Amino acid sequence: MAEFSLPANSKVGKGKSYKAPAGATRKRAFSIYRWSPDETANPRMDNYELDLDACGPMVLDALIKIKNEVDPSLTFRRSCREGICGSCAMNIDGTNTLACLKPIEEVKGEVRINPLPHMPVVKDLVPDLSQAYAQLRSVEPWLQSETAAPPDGERLQSKEERSKLDGLWECILCFCCTTSCPSYWWNGDRYLGPAVLLQAYRWIADSRDEATGARLDALQDPFKLYRCHTIMNCTQTCPKGLNPAKAIGEIKKLMLEREI
Amino acid sequence: MSDSSKLSITVRRSQLGQVRGLGAARGGVRHWWVQRLTAMALLPLTIWFVISVLGLLGAPQSAVAGFVAAPVNTVLLVALVAISLHHAEAGVQTVIEDYVHREGSRIASLLAVKALTLFLALVGIIAVLKLAFTAVH
Repeated sequence: MAEFSLPANSKVGKGKSYKAPAGATRKRAFSIYRWSPDETANPRMDNYELDLDACGPMVLDALIKIKNEVDPSLTFRRSCREGICGSCAMNIDGTNTLACLKPIEEVKGEVRINPLPHMPVVKDLVPDLSQAYAQLRSVEPWLQSETAAPPDGERLQSKEERSKLDGLWECILCFCCTTSCPSYWWNGDRYLGPAVLLQAYRWIADSRDEATGARLDALQDPFKLYRCHTIMNCTQTCPKGLNPAKAIGEIKKLMLEREI
Repeated sequence: MSDSSKLSITVRRSQLGQVRGLGAARGGVRHWWVQRLTAMALLPLTIWFVISVLGLLGAPQSAVAGFVAAPVNTVLLVALVAISLHHAEAGVQTVIEDYVHREGSRIASLLAVKALTLFLALVGIIAVLKLAFTAVH
């Protein structure tokens, strides 16, 4: 059955508290999930108080400040700090998003930060995404064409053909959507999840690709594709404002189109 | 480590191999489409049924039997029973596939739902037909 409560060794307890420095003018508390594979203890929520007047505006700024000045053991992924690498995807204030794009001011009261839901945790805010990456690899997200490219240039698309990729190519594979999807939580071993299905559709919709039929064949499965029940968490949470639910809907329409 | 199970690795298959698994079943389109078609068919049928039943409130048994015996009503009632239970079966199958993960219990519950909905459909249809064919005009 689906798991509706956490296993005993995953129950989250209360952790340490770090007060804001004396003379702080604009205090804000951050409650952050902590777990280390090197300790036997259960996960805990550590509480850090920061002075927002001495901190950058984004949640990622706060995390970096905590790591630099308060607790160097805090572990998280980050790279570009401008919403294009997808590394700092995490659950902030109950919603999956990128820490670098999430202003602290948008959160009321204590800022609760957890790793992406329902993935194995490597440490603290770092989830193990290797299954999701393997699923991406399984849909062969690259151009497949038997027709050789013109010897004197690139493969051309009309403006209309190119416009079909808008809303798809912008995906940065942060997996905020996939890890927000209840269907992926319960059946992630078989359901591909919204991020990977959006990528699959990105190649199905590409006029230069010649493997459309084979791509649809590989998705035609009650679990790989049809675990999507249009719950729409994916679209609601996408930090890039994309619509994976619509992309999945388009795949389902094509599946039907070739049968009736 | 005291827990020896932590030391044994039972899965050495690559992530890609695990994810590809048994491959695509090449199915699911019909099931998805039938769920939507039956839902669309049930919309007018259910409205018709509710209005008809409201119109028969307090009517004597013979009037109800007469209503069921009208050929159009017999056909619509049989269609309502059959499509409702077909839709219910498809829906509950989806729920079971979502939440029941152990192979044995999944197959058992899927078969049970199929048997139950088929049985209820037969009961409903035969009840309608019996009423329709024994009504006194």
